[in-house]
Amino acid sequence: MIRSTYLPLLITLATFVLAYALCASAYPAMLSFRVVANLLTDNAFLGIAAVGMTFVILSGGIDLSIGSVIAFTGVFLAVILRDTGLHPLVAFALVLALTTGFGAAMGATIHYLEMPPFIVTLAGMFLARGAAYVLSTESVPITHEFYDTLQDMYWKIDGARFRLIGLVMVLTFVVGIITAHRTRFGQNVYALGGGEQTARLMGVPIAATTIGIYAVSGGLAGLSGIVFSLYTSAGYSLATVGVELDAIAAVVIGGTLLTGGYGFVAGTFFGILIMGLIQTYIVFDGTLSSWWTKIVIGGLLFAFILLQKGLTWAAEKRAAQARLRTATGSAALS
Amino acid sequence: MSTPSAGPRPSVFKRILPQLVILAVALALNVVVFPDFFHIDFRNGRLFGNLIDVLNRGAPVALLCIGMTLVIATKGIDLSVGAVMAIAGAVAASMVVEGHGWGTALLAAMAAGGLCGLWNGFLVAVLRIQPIVATLVLMVAGRGIAQLVTEGKILTFDNAGLIHLGAGTVAGVPTPILIWIALGALVTFVVRRTALGMLIEAIGINERSSRLAGINSRVLLVCVYLVSGLCAALAGVIVAADIKGADANNAGLWLELDAILAVVIGGNSLLGGRFSIVASLIGALIIQSVNSVILLSGLPPEFNLVIKALLILGILVIQSPRIGNYVYMLRASDIQPQPDRPKPIDHQEKEAAR
Amino acid sequence: MKDVPTPDRPVLHARGISKFFPGTIALDDVSVRLMPGEVHALLGENGAGKSTLIKCLTGAYRRDAGVMELDGQEVDPASTAESQRLGIGTVYQEVNLLPNLTVAENLFLGRQPTRGRFIARRRMNAMAREVLESYGLDIDPAEPLSGYSVAIQQVIAIARAVDMSGKVLILDEPTASLDHDEVQLLFRVIRQLKARGLAVVFITHFLDQVFDISDRATVLRNGQVVGECLLNEVTQHDVVTMMLGRQLEARVQNRDTGRAGKTLVEISDLGKRGMIDPFSLTIHEGEVVGLAGLLGSGRTETANLIFGVVPADQGKITLRGKAIDITNPRDAVAHRFALCPEDRKVDGIVGDLSVRDNIILALQARQGWMRPIPRAKVEEIAQSYVRALDIRLASLDMPIRLLSGGNQQKALLARWLATNPDFLILDEPTRGIDVGAHAEIIALIEQLRADGMALLVASSELEELVAYSTRVIVLRDRQQVRELTGDDISPATIIDVIATEEAAR
Repeated sequence: MIRSTYLPLLITLATFVLAYALCASAYPAMLSFRVVANLLTDNAFLGIAAVGMTFVILSGGIDLSIGSVIAFTGVFLAVILRDTGLHPLVAFALVLALTTGFGAAMGATIHYLEMPPFIVTLAGMFLARGAAYVLSTESVPITHEFYDTLQDMYWKIDGARFRLIGLVMVLTFVVGIITAHRTRFGQNVYALGGGEQTARLMGVPIAATTIGIYAVSGGLAGLSGIVFSLYTSAGYSLATVGVELDAIAAVVIGGTLLTGGYGFVAGTFFGILIMGLIQTYIVFDGTLSSWWTKIVIGGLLFAFILLQKGLTWAAEKRAAQARLRTATGSAALS
Repeated sequence: MSTPSAGPRPSVFKRILPQLVILAVALALNVVVFPDFFHIDFRNGRLFGNLIDVLNRGAPVALLCIGMTLVIATKGIDLSVGAVMAIAGAVAASMVVEGHGWGTALLAAMAAGGLCGLWNGFLVAVLRIQPIVATLVLMVAGRGIAQLVTEGKILTFDNAGLIHLGAGTVAGVPTPILIWIALGALVTFVVRRTALGMLIEAIGINERSSRLAGINSRVLLVCVYLVSGLCAALAGVIVAADIKGADANNAGLWLELDAILAVVIGGNSLLGGRFSIVASLIGALIIQSVNSVILLSGLPPEFNLVIKALLILGILVIQSPRIGNYVYMLRASDIQPQPDRPKPIDHQEKEAAR
Repeated sequence: MKDVPTPDRPVLHARGISKFFPGTIALDDVSVRLMPGEVHALLGENGAGKSTLIKCLTGAYRRDAGVMELDGQEVDPASTAESQRLGIGTVYQEVNLLPNLTVAENLFLGRQPTRGRFIARRRMNAMAREVLESYGLDIDPAEPLSGYSVAIQQVIAIARAVDMSGKVLILDEPTASLDHDEVQLLFRVIRQLKARGLAVVFITHFLDQVFDISDRATVLRNGQVVGECLLNEVTQHDVVTMMLGRQLEARVQNRDTGRAGKTLVEISDLGKRGMIDPFSLTIHEGEVVGLAGLLGSGRTETANLIFGVVPADQGKITLRGKAIDITNPRDAVAHRFALCPEDRKVDGIVGDLSVRDNIILALQARQGWMRPIPRAKVEEIAQSYVRALDIRLASLDMPIRLLSGGNQQKALLARWLATNPDFLILDEPTRGIDVGAHAEIIALIEQLRADGMALLVASSELEELVAYSTRVIVLRDRQQVRELTGDDISPATIIDVIATEEAAR
């Protein structure tokens, strides 16, 4: 049985299938493993960050800092690997601890100082970007044999290379989905998005959950930064500007309500793929200019927002009718 | 206590005092790192000096925060102003490149900005989409539209009239300074000399009640987003005129965030309600003064953003609701809710009311 | 549950509870005993201290003095979570569940059955179904909560509270937004819990319901216990007397509802599908038309439709013989209509604005933003109403949310009187305000009528409705069922009509 709650997810999925079908009918070459593999590889860092963003948005918050955190992570790794003899794995652990702690600190500020997430993460955005500048204003190349090893890890299917970072993204999504739906933390995230006051009365640990959410978002931005550094083999403080915007767009296109409480991590996955598909199409077309990406994504965003509005209206109407039914039904009984 | 007293209206000065103090501190810091900060020169028919620079460089954010203050007062937010700046700059540039006069170009840019504002207002007021989501659409698509106008190039121009708006002077004072001060004064005058300000605040605090009291909240909401779009367009033209070209990718990039920050530093609540444009403008100056301190201090420029973030964080923490509440409790301990007291109605008094 | 309490020992015994707020004593040496298997009504007017007492018992407030014993053990819950763990569960009027979660998720939030570290969803749904079935609800626990009516949500909230706590269940105005049959559904559940030996605390404003379901009552007034009684030993009249501390005034005798003037407003067949059936109504100058009926019978809907809060989809309104079009409150205000809404907080006050601005808001809105009312005029209007209505405030500059309920209501009346309306609609004008302000507002209604204004007043307080109404329209199930005039107007006849009248279609 298909429940009404899954409708937004299904619509996103249908949009993806439809979009892919349209692309494939225009350029049959797009119907190949190579395109799919590239889709996963090219959007890996964005996807990982978007999982964190999904949790934040589900809880009714927003995290503007992730683009800066990704850039910071890249620069941090590049500088560490250039200046010290640390093994990349140690550097990874270090930077993940750092970004998770950074996210947790933002969560704590939001909760304990009762400041709006928008403003706190905005300050976080400046801070992380600034920290990246302090480390280095120039692009720092990463040359380490371990990086080469990781970059050379891929699975070949039909001539297409499914790389490690694509796999990391898919794994992140799987873990994210399980966390959201199968753990108490995930349920608490939804509860927070449904209404903080009520969630508090129902015994949800608000402080721990809020801090946890932003820690997850920060940590995943760190992971995304690691993946981005593998993708570009460099750390650059001016990189990934505005990624938070793309992540938010992917989450909304994925059917998650920006007001919180409703949505799916899985939807974000397809949101990412739809956005990647648009870019791929423009590359394939060759005559379309790159700015059409932004316009189309903006248009899609608008379409999905309208759709959600429509679904909300329909749900409200249903609820009103349910109320009326019980009222008139019971009146008939008496 | 029991006799209702007229009491003076809460004075504007008292409202903006915290912002003035912060601005004074920021300016004092400037003087510490650069003793000649307040020194102003008059050379080649133009005023020069660090203070003038602060006022001049702060113009785009100051312009944005005029409209943003009104939007935030209605419990909204306008994320699209940066993108609207890019669109307006692109429109103005393409108009003069096509040979139109600067006046026409300015009007066209303002019209484009107004259109963007109307679109946002339509989504928020008519379709009832949450403002942060509604304006996100244009924030994402806006730069694409701007690039569509400039066809992906940085559109340069040499129209003296248009350039004058961003880089010229009037009576020795850089034009942008005059523009933002004039617009700020105009909008403040309009909202405070008419009932507009109160009605906007009423909507921001409780839209349902306001609608029931007969306020046309829909039109007012559209209006504030329209004003925000127009302010953004003006800022966009000034920025384009300053660099003599429209850069669709970078014009106004992240300025929406600075503008929101300026409004918040100005002590306006993101939850809507009471607002002060003057305080927001001071907030914009605070941000610019902080930038100036970092610049003048001779610290390596890469520290700019970190220091700015920390300073802003400090300012925001001082103003955070938690701490604000605490201060309010201290100050308001004598304003307790007044209990109802049974008392028969005095008919004579009631006659007076009729 | 271990240690089943004996019938004569209270499950929860609170003694000498006191709570002070700056400047006031909210609770003064209050004692209350909750017996197992009993429904205990907590009665008192607004401000009597009911909700403060509940908050002290559930740990939401720290009490300043007193002892709480649960099953003979002294307890001191520091938070609602702790009192929940101890066995005291609470269900509030606005259902405190999450609409975006499923029924099962709501039931088990924070205590989900797990396999390893993961939630066992299928088991959770099965458990939820089992729990709900024991309450006579056969619903799909995997559907979102928002798909169900408020009554069912209420039962789910109760199920959660009982499941988690299981000794004491506090129901804070659970029936406020339920209709008659939904109330019966709820009462079935309460009786069932009673049979299981739970101690239930029931708080409501509806006295009939108190006598219907409760065994014992504790009456509070001004933060003190006036008395505890077994309800089968007393009458409603006794209880009301205890609550008010005075005899109900026999207002019915000296009804002087005056003589109606010219026809002002004629409403014919105004209605909206799914909200209220078409109704017709004629209102004259100098009369008060009362709207009676149970909650949910269509009182508020009638008021809202006339004022254009919700546009009607059929029918028409004529004003002094001329057809007018009202599609939103602005139109209504332009025709000198005024509406004081039922929900003061949500629909009435603009909390952060000053009292002064709140008073002139409607007048200013009608004048338009272009023509601001001069400051001196504003001051004059505000001052005169503050004096005339005896609004108690420290300063006109204080935000209206800091005023008490009664003073807020008076300020809202001032807002509308300032527009000098011809037709004033009052929806529950005396709800949630204390006795003194209550009497003043009733006197004001009579005064306005005598001055020739037309009024439409919806109220659930029959006594007062009878006191000031020239005519009373009785509503039932979103239909007008009867119009009472002259000597027919009495609480008894109104109740009679509500109870027996078949809706005449």
